[in-house]
Amino acid sequence: MLGQSAGDVAAPLESPTGGAADVPRARRKSRFTLLTRRDRLVMFLMVGIPTVLCIGLIWLPTIASIALSFTNWRGITPLTAQNFVGLRNFETLFGSYPFFWPAVIHNILWLVVFVFIATPVGIFLAVLLDREMRGSRIYQSVFFIPVVLSLAIVGFIWEQIYTSQGFVNSLLGHTSSSTAIDFLGNPSLNIWAVLVAASWRQVGYVMVLYLAGLKSVDPTLREAAAIDGANARQIFFRVVFPVMRPINIVILVITVIESLRAFDIAYIVNRGKNGLELLSILITNNSISEANLLGFGSAIAVVLLVVSLVPIVTFLVRTMGKDPG
Amino acid sequence: MTGIASSSVGVARRPGGGSRGRQVAIHVFLIALAVLWLFPIAWTAFTALRPYGDVIADGAVSWPAHLNLDNFQTAWTVGGLPHFFLNTLIVAVPAVLLTLWISSMLAYVFSRFSFRLNLPLLMMFTAGNLLPPQVIIVPLYRIFLALPLPRFLSDNGLLYDSYFGIILIHVVFQTGFVTFVMSNYMRTISRELTEAALVDGASLWTVYRRVILPLCRPALAALATLEFTFIYNDFFWALVLMKTGDKRPITSALNNFQGSFFTDQNVLAAMSFMVALPTILVYLVLSKQFVRGLTLGSTKG
Repeated sequence: MLGQSAGDVAAPLESPTGGAADVPRARRKSRFTLLTRRDRLVMFLMVGIPTVLCIGLIWLPTIASIALSFTNWRGITPLTAQNFVGLRNFETLFGSYPFFWPAVIHNILWLVVFVFIATPVGIFLAVLLDREMRGSRIYQSVFFIPVVLSLAIVGFIWEQIYTSQGFVNSLLGHTSSSTAIDFLGNPSLNIWAVLVAASWRQVGYVMVLYLAGLKSVDPTLREAAAIDGANARQIFFRVVFPVMRPINIVILVITVIESLRAFDIAYIVNRGKNGLELLSILITNNSISEANLLGFGSAIAVVLLVVSLVPIVTFLVRTMGKDPG
Repeated sequence: MTGIASSSVGVARRPGGGSRGRQVAIHVFLIALAVLWLFPIAWTAFTALRPYGDVIADGAVSWPAHLNLDNFQTAWTVGGLPHFFLNTLIVAVPAVLLTLWISSMLAYVFSRFSFRLNLPLLMMFTAGNLLPPQVIIVPLYRIFLALPLPRFLSDNGLLYDSYFGIILIHVVFQTGFVTFVMSNYMRTISRELTEAALVDGASLWTVYRRVILPLCRPALAALATLEFTFIYNDFFWALVLMKTGDKRPITSALNNFQGSFFTDQNVLAAMSFMVALPTILVYLVLSKQFVRGLTLGSTKG
């Protein structure tokens, strides 16, 4: 049912003149004649207004970011042809700007920790909780609670754990700030401290998505495997995990996007300085909050855009392309 | 309970349950993990209940000499929390309603009528929602500074630093996600139903208003819950697109609180706890809606 209707939408795109499209087109025609002139106007407005807003406030700025990345515009004087500098911003970015590669490494680290630690833990919890057991709902609620918090407030909550007056230092007996471990200030430590806090939130997110996916797995598959003598681990890795491929990909895509979007918590801790550089924060700091290097900031935005297109396109193809559903 | 469960082996129970000993081990593990999971929030609450002086004298990990709500009171009044919570409502309520309205209309057209542009448009909205906001922030910031607004919508006459501007960008950004979820949901409603109404002479708008919207009530409720939380939790937009700290909604206002505003960690803990509380309460009360909203988006209905 679901797959069929998804196919209907995709059909005109795939073969506008082919035989497969004949049926939907005939249906479309019949449906169209039902609409009065006024109906068509209403429909045009229903789609047109949001489309104009989306193009104007998301896609034109995206294109403008690309265009600005080839300029040295600072936003004070009007933009002229003289501002065009070719690839110089990118040369500076890759060659001499000291914060770019650290930011790239931190974004990658974010992704690696989410993919190889937070996601497996979330999946493990989902598998553990996806069965008839007492208190399953309560456990689920507990693990999910951090997901409803913003990463900004997660930062504030974990500061209570990490500061010199916080839980860990107090537990270890570091009472003065000179002996305390500076979790959030030490540039080789703070990214890990922040990643622990961010993962605390991510685990519950993955768990809930995976639980929903597990519910859709045909139980007879499991039963058949169990009758064939497979143990729990074999059933998961050989039967359930492969069947969950669509949801695995959605989770992977969401994880990549979340890692690229990381901003709030690092900004709250120290405005993304001194060990917490991230691409998203470099864009903002360079062109808005600290300097007005609009061209240079846009060049960083272009890098982030190009990388983001990989998970975004994957997601679109997976969920809207020809999918057996 | 457990005895009954293990006597009906392999029928009701999912494989992997194992013996009773194993069940106990699983519960012990889960309880330990659950305690660990709640610890940061519980610790924040505990810190918030203690006077700063006690923590300095006895250390943070110590038996509390006094427990009171003074820090909450200080954070509430000195930090001006009611003011910032109100700012959040001013942004979130219209933004959620507008997003649901616009997205449900889009999803209606996308799911009921097969135009050639449907899929590309749906992709455009969804992709927009998935883009990191920082990719577009430089030109967007300039657009917000350049676009004039009538005075009744913005006290400085600009989209920048106005509630209208923040609501607008939320609506535009969130429309992608909600439209995506809603159009998946609407595909489960039979086409015959809406076509029959059109054949009977109902207008497009009437079908949307009288047939589609009532049938989508569960999805709308789930998405309203989720979207409220998303917008409550937004940090970035109001941080960059609002200059006046006092106008910012609570999550973005956290940036004002960092550093010099509170020198006292315990007041900061009280503030953090109070800011975290609304979304936790929304979740605890409406957990079903909340989870459904999230999973509708990832599992195609």
